Amino acid sequence: MGVIKEFAEALKGLKSLIVGLGITGKEFAKPGVTVHYPRKVVADKDLVTYRGHIELVGSKNDPAMPPCITCLMCQSVCPSGCIKIIKHPPPKKDPAADKNAPPEAYASGLEPKTKAAPPAKEKPVKTPKGFILDYNYCSLCGLCVQSCPVDSLRFSTEFYIADPSKKAFVYDLMARLKAQAGTATAKEKE
Amino acid sequence: MSVFPKGDFYTRHFQPSGKEETLVVNMGPQHPSTHGVLRIIVELDGEYILRCEPVLGYVHRMHEKMGENRSWVQYWPNTGRVDYLHALAWNWAYAGAVEKLAGIEVPERAEYIRVITCELNRVSSHLLWWGAYLLDLGAFTPIMYAFDDREEIMDMLQMPTGSRLTYCYYRFGGVSADLSDEFLKRLSRFIPYLRSRLPMYRDLVTENVILRKRVEDVGHIDEDMCRRYGCTGPVVRGAGVAYDVRKAEPYSVYDRFDFRIPTYPEADAFARYMVRMDEIEESLKIIEQAIATIPDGPYLSKSAPKPKWSAPKGEACFAVEGARGKITYYVASDGGRTPYRVKLRSPSYCNLSCFAEAAKGVILADAVSILGSLDLVIPEIDR
Repeated sequence: MGVIKEFAEALKGLKSLIVGLGITGKEFAKPGVTVHYPRKVVADKDLVTYRGHIELVGSKNDPAMPPCITCLMCQSVCPSGCIKIIKHPPPKKDPAADKNAPPEAYASGLEPKTKAAPPAKEKPVKTPKGFILDYNYCSLCGLCVQSCPVDSLRFSTEFYIADPSKKAFVYDLMARLKAQAGTATAKEKE
Repeated sequence: MSVFPKGDFYTRHFQPSGKEETLVVNMGPQHPSTHGVLRIIVELDGEYILRCEPVLGYVHRMHEKMGENRSWVQYWPNTGRVDYLHALAWNWAYAGAVEKLAGIEVPERAEYIRVITCELNRVSSHLLWWGAYLLDLGAFTPIMYAFDDREEIMDMLQMPTGSRLTYCYYRFGGVSADLSDEFLKRLSRFIPYLRSRLPMYRDLVTENVILRKRVEDVGHIDEDMCRRYGCTGPVVRGAGVAYDVRKAEPYSVYDRFDFRIPTYPEADAFARYMVRMDEIEESLKIIEQAIATIPDGPYLSKSAPKPKWSAPKGEACFAVEGARGKITYYVASDGGRTPYRVKLRSPSYCNLSCFAEAAKGVILADAVSILGSLDLVIPEIDR
């Protein structure tokens, strides 16, 4: 009996190997599923949801300028501290203009007795001067995009990036947006 | 005698056994079967292991300390990097702990989204384990089949989460993006497809006589040992104990779904293997039910915290079932900008600690099989 059992077990094992080989053979005849990268690239439709590094969104009126109001929310929420926003410096006071304006009278809140026009309020420039992203430390968590109050940030679908130097991953996003707007208008003209 | 002592701290403290015929070997830190940087010091007598000791800490990244020096919201990316294979479970544990602490309500749709994505992530984790375990045992091709299916899951999870591995998708009070109709359609097509692939997996590998000889009756980790070391997940279910956090203390909407906890009483490597293969089916069952009943509504609560939010005073603990076992986050707050304490309980750490006892007296090749059957993720052990 022992011998028969041994043989039966061996046959069963052999059968399992043949079944496995059959599956391997079937799979061998199927077309490949991998993308052969340098010769083929991933289709654009598969990249729609891909999170590349962040980029600025052009505003409606001026595609070369972002709707960013430099609230610095993204800069402060970033866990890795890889966003650096450069603000426009506050407008320099013109000493000649200061002489003409009667500042004290207006500051008190009372209507002054002079006929001189009130000083024009200077709107502070809210758009950023520079928007630097250090992609080396970014972990693509999306907190900056989510916390932006004016939806000025989004993820790009850029992923064909490789460089031996770290400096290549410090992006000037304002310049990038301007370049994007430039190519967009050039396409429209065509 | 050299001025410098021989070996490092661990080998010096391991060696003084005095036996001459034995050999002390370092398995790792760079060893293909350790999936990362785990080092095991093994004392061999011929082919047999006399004793062994795991050495940890090669990828220690201070996740607990990092929690103390960044704000509550800024800790999110860390949660996805503890266990990179089942990142969403860790996302969930942190979200759950902070929501419990601050009393943040989660919309029903967000709960369903969490269940769907977390279970999908569990399936992909088990598929990768399946491929990698067989790779350890010397079978190369199965991982190609596993990655073929896993690729589809990652493509799908990329749609709402935006990433493919280290997800940072959940937020306090919901998730960061809604599931699109396209995602749900693709998912409902995928479930029958993966189900039809499971018999193929069985024929290809599970029934294979070579695998059976490698995993059956190897690495006994019984209920008693699990209890002593605190093993959870497929290890304890492979020892015949039906313990699953999803059933034992149902969180979120898990109590609404009908699913089974697979258990096998054999307590060997094959039992753990079968538990995971059955869990894939159970996860698919949960996803199917969740898709059928997912309600409409917001995916993020309106009272969800703003970026500069900090939690009220207090402490909270939240446990979820990960692919490897019970994941627990403990958070304590003193009302300040940053958490006062973040404690992570990782299942792999406990599961690994029983390895030294389970591998005593086995052949070295079987030790590799035991190590693989524990489904270790080294970054999770070291945290």
